[in-house]
Amino acid sequence: MHFDTIAAISTPMGEGAIAIVRLSGDDAWKIADRIFQSPAAKPLCEQPSHTIHYGHLHDPATEELVEEVMVSIMKAPKTFTREDIVEINCHGGITSVNRVLQLVLTEGARLAEPGEFTKRAFLNGRIDLSQAEAVMDLIRAKTDKAMNVALNQMEGKLSHLIGELRQALLETLAQVEVNIDYPEYDDVEEVTIPLMIEKGTWVMDEIDELLRTSSQGKILREGLSTVIVGRPNVGKSSLLNSLVQENKAIVTDVAGTTRDIIEEYVNVRGVPLRLVDTAGIRETEDIVERIGVERSRKVLKEADLILLMVNSSEALTDEDERLFEVVAGMDMLVIVNKTDLPTKIDLERVYEVAGRDRVITTSILQEQGITELEEAIATLFFEGSLESNDLTYVSNARHISLLKQARNTINDAVQAAQAGVPVDMIQIDVTRTWEILGEIIGDTVQDSLIKELFSKFCLGK
Amino acid sequence: MPQFEAGRFDCIVIGAGHAGAEAAYASAKMGASTLVLTMNLDMIAFMPCNPSLGGPAKGIVVREIDALGGVMAKVIDKTHIQMRLLNTGKGPAVRALRAQADKVLYQQEMKRILEEEPNLTLRQGVVEQLIVEDDEIKGVVTQIGAIFRAKTVIITTGTFLRGEVIIGDLKYSSGPNNQMPSIKLAEHLQELGLQTVRFKTGTPPRINSNSIDYSKTEIQPGDDVPRSFSYETTEFIVDQLPCWLTYTTPETHEIINENLHLSPMYSGMIKGKGPSYCPSIEDKIVRFADKSRHQIFLEPEGRNTKEVYVQGLSTSLPEHIQHRLIASVPGLEKAEMMRAGYAIEYDSIIATQLWPTLETKKIKNLYTAGQINGTSGYEEAAAQGLMAGINAACNVLGKEEVVLGRSDAYIGVLIDDLVTKGTSEPYRLLTSRAEYRLLLRHDNADMRLTEIGYQNGMISEERHTKFLAKKAQIDAEIDHLRKVTVKPTEEIQAIIAEVGGTALREPMKAADLLKRPEMKYSELRKVVPPLEEINEEVAEQVEIFIKYEGYIEKSMQQVARMKKMENKRIPENIDYDAISGIAKEAKANLKEVQPLSIAQASRISGVNPADISILLVYIEQGKIAKVSG
Repeated sequence: MHFDTIAAISTPMGEGAIAIVRLSGDDAWKIADRIFQSPAAKPLCEQPSHTIHYGHLHDPATEELVEEVMVSIMKAPKTFTREDIVEINCHGGITSVNRVLQLVLTEGARLAEPGEFTKRAFLNGRIDLSQAEAVMDLIRAKTDKAMNVALNQMEGKLSHLIGELRQALLETLAQVEVNIDYPEYDDVEEVTIPLMIEKGTWVMDEIDELLRTSSQGKILREGLSTVIVGRPNVGKSSLLNSLVQENKAIVTDVAGTTRDIIEEYVNVRGVPLRLVDTAGIRETEDIVERIGVERSRKVLKEADLILLMVNSSEALTDEDERLFEVVAGMDMLVIVNKTDLPTKIDLERVYEVAGRDRVITTSILQEQGITELEEAIATLFFEGSLESNDLTYVSNARHISLLKQARNTINDAVQAAQAGVPVDMIQIDVTRTWEILGEIIGDTVQDSLIKELFSKFCLGK
Repeated sequence: MPQFEAGRFDCIVIGAGHAGAEAAYASAKMGASTLVLTMNLDMIAFMPCNPSLGGPAKGIVVREIDALGGVMAKVIDKTHIQMRLLNTGKGPAVRALRAQADKVLYQQEMKRILEEEPNLTLRQGVVEQLIVEDDEIKGVVTQIGAIFRAKTVIITTGTFLRGEVIIGDLKYSSGPNNQMPSIKLAEHLQELGLQTVRFKTGTPPRINSNSIDYSKTEIQPGDDVPRSFSYETTEFIVDQLPCWLTYTTPETHEIINENLHLSPMYSGMIKGKGPSYCPSIEDKIVRFADKSRHQIFLEPEGRNTKEVYVQGLSTSLPEHIQHRLIASVPGLEKAEMMRAGYAIEYDSIIATQLWPTLETKKIKNLYTAGQINGTSGYEEAAAQGLMAGINAACNVLGKEEVVLGRSDAYIGVLIDDLVTKGTSEPYRLLTSRAEYRLLLRHDNADMRLTEIGYQNGMISEERHTKFLAKKAQIDAEIDHLRKVTVKPTEEIQAIIAEVGGTALREPMKAADLLKRPEMKYSELRKVVPPLEEINEEVAEQVEIFIKYEGYIEKSMQQVARMKKMENKRIPENIDYDAISGIAKEAKANLKEVQPLSIAQASRISGVNPADISILLVYIEQGKIAKVSG
């Protein structure tokens, strides 16, 4: 049986020394060869099966070095799926493993559906009958879950933007179709090449913009931008130091362009955090007092995660309340610190503001509650997919890879238009772009075009 | 009423419209003794609406019918009054022929062909009952009690099933154009358990040409080069008649708006679902209120009649309002209305009750084709008739049935859409319904389908030999152009300059040069003469294939992906209820459609990828079980 080539991260998400990206399918070796360079300079395709090779992954598009890896290659049929398999062993940690996954997806692999390796193993006769039922359950459960997660995860903004792009493409397509199906129909503007170029270029620019700014992509590349806020002396520096010490810092003390801003990169249970404006924290300055409620709200809004600290041994002050007001509605955790001292804080009020599961009590001084905090951060990030943490990342990588595909097809369309290819050929790539974008938001119903046709244009005899 | 045995046939076709004529011809041609029963032999292949054939998608269907050995193309080639190639300014994928027919000549020619077919018997008679034993068709009974027995029966009753004509608040039982409706058969089909749905369609008024002031309209002539639908046509009609274009006016719109309450569409009298691509004028004006005018095409109905079809004015408003409507259109101020427009409601079969061969799932050896299956259009009807005829004959002769794929033909798209998705309104083919339209072109219908026609005895030896020779020539010439190198000579630079391209800097393969959008094969041929003399048809194939190779390749890859899933067959006896994990809605739809392949299953509405995965696993599991058991 022949299928396309699939890929996925096959090690559990989170901190680990190594992680594995697995490819399975006819093109697995070919795809690996496109990105893998070994000191021996011999392509993998010419190597014997069931061998392991040291080398580097390069992004063929940018020539950039991506990772130092070990690559295992296995020829069908003596493999898990009974297909050609490549396993790329790379450094553990989400950022690196995701780059590898994205790279193989860009090079032509398709992201595996949940349970798909197992499914293939079964379909290719590798697994016995008794496991079949389990496989079916797996497919059903995981697919539904993946869909839920994907939907939840879709930032309102992203889904909205993609909807807009698709609508623009659909309108262009409907015009092309009307010109084709009703050639002597006079009041539909002939979709001329310039219009096609204009629309196509616009969509391409928007996709580029999305690829640059989509928050998912940003998280993968840079980590979650995280801000610690709280009154002076509440323990912000101690928390920062504790997080930095406890977790191996990926990069430390990167000097920003502005004098004050220093960023700390830490990796908390596989979630890369970029602690922003730490200089401000160290100076124990009150951000709200310094720049006012509105502005500080703006500053904080740019953060992906806010760690708001309050003092357990003191009653809530006006300043605390102001902070509550500022961070309302943002992704945050409230840290009730200094539990080693007698409790004076009104915890019920804190629960009311943040929600009980968003409140962590700690004593940084006595190193208590740090584990809980780290767990809470990880949970927050992987929300909705607790036992299968990879899903969040998987669908992110999926979106990015689909966006890249969409960008390529619309680029083909624009270039063809510029070269003077007939509109109905260009339409093939425009339709494909529309379909790919639809896959991101889970909507590719072909009938929509026909509906658009008849709702927009007055046609017929 | 006493009944009597009236004859025995391999195949009986009920109805002789566009579907019936094609079905009967195909079945007889393939060697099955065939009887056509029609209510009125003078109405064979009658065009109750537009006197025209073809257009985008539909025109390609007519070419496909010809490539498979059907008759529609040959008949229109002999009887048209005008022919045009549409979309010539666009790419090759969407070009299509359209012809204006001489309605009467068309009917006569079709009747002649059927009459001359040796295996074919034409008989006037009204079928009221089917003979069904053990869910298998055995024959038919007519209204006078004549029993005709047959191994297969094809029903092609168009809009006749419980037809009702509606004009204003007038509603009466009738087939199209005041013919007899078919009521008993409609009731009988329901008794047999076939589910039906009510559809509606309509037609505009006809007017007398002598009363039209053509000076107020624009002329719409046919092409001045000879055209034909059939690959076998060698004689072309030179003497063509023009059509004329005019427009509605604000007055037209006013009349409609004032009288909307009299329209059965809006009074609620019409319940059937009409086609959205073919709205009535009242519909257009209500739904597109911001449009100040609509096109009206005046189409002559033939050479020997003054009747003119008023395209664009389809309406079911009362007759006296129709008079006023017509008079409000420039050129038609004094026009004499000869027939009023009307709407017609009718029963059609829910097409998901059919196999892709068009055989009903419920009753073995019974086929339905044409408008009865929920389509609209002569071409869609003829295509189904042809396929039902071929398959009924295959059935009788013990040959393998023919199911065209979505990548083989528009006919494949049409039938797959019908039997897989059904339709909620009269179905019309559009190029946008075809995923692989670059492969389904007007020019290559013969390349796609002649072989299938030949295998089924529908194509003569002579034609087949010619076809093979053409194919060989095309392949040879493509190969030639890929091998030949064009050097930057003065001659070629001059040609390139003339078509507005950039000069050659170094030698280039002829095929690569032809890939340049501005380069034409007719020009390139001057420098790279073909291996042997080729005609324009061959040249066209060579040019399209090389020029659009990249796009064709892309489409072929898509087809290959789809074919993989098409080849995964679903066992006939599959029990969807026994499969755990398939969603409820998907299960219900799968049970109804009974898809034959995984690909077909994936096209059913409400069936999502997870359901398909589970289905795959289940089927594979079944296979393994069989092997090990």
